[in-house]
Amino acid sequence: MLLAAGVAILVAMGLALLRTLLGPTIWDRILAVNSFGTKTVLLIALIGAFAGRTDYLDVALLYALINFLGTVALMKYIETAPPDDAPGERN
Amino acid sequence: MDWGAIASGVLLGAGALLLIVGGIGINRFPHFYSRLHAAGVIDTLGAALVLAGLAPVFGMTLGTLKLALVLVFLLFTSPTACHALARSAHLSGLREPRSAQEPPSSQN
Repeated sequence: MLLAAGVAILVAMGLALLRTLLGPTIWDRILAVNSFGTKTVLLIALIGAFAGRTDYLDVALLYALINFLGTVALMKYIETAPPDDAPGERN
Repeated sequence: MDWGAIASGVLLGAGALLLIVGGIGINRFPHFYSRLHAAGVIDTLGAALVLAGLAPVFGMTLGTLKLALVLVFLLFTSPTACHALARSAHLSGLREPRSAQEPPSSQN
């Protein structure tokens, strides 16, 4: 069951990557990258359970932290400096 | 009969299903805000279910405590990140296409 869950997480990561490549606006891409990072955390924790080691969970925790920080930092950047090439209806 | 393995399998299966559904959702929904809904809601619950499903594998050790820590952190940060995304998109002027019952001239 661990293996099946790992494969499912990998498939979901591939779908998130697809949206990252397709995403029409910059926010779609960042949303997909954030989702990808969350799934990476799950994958690392699952590999830790697969190997029977708790060390991997520290890595997963740190990865979750950095993923969140990266997303919020990007959001603050985009908020103050909206990119000109982002398509979308503007007012 | 090993109840821990059964609980782990059920939780992992449900979590994996939700992750797949979320992945399909962010590819199939039409606008950014609806994709945000698919990713935010389903990733939060899917991650919680997968991490809860891993807990019986580790048993009553330090590993389960660390898993709970990761889970609590994800439950706090995932909605926060989604909120930051929606706020940034809204402040930058991204709007959903207007629905049919709303007259198109109301914005001007």
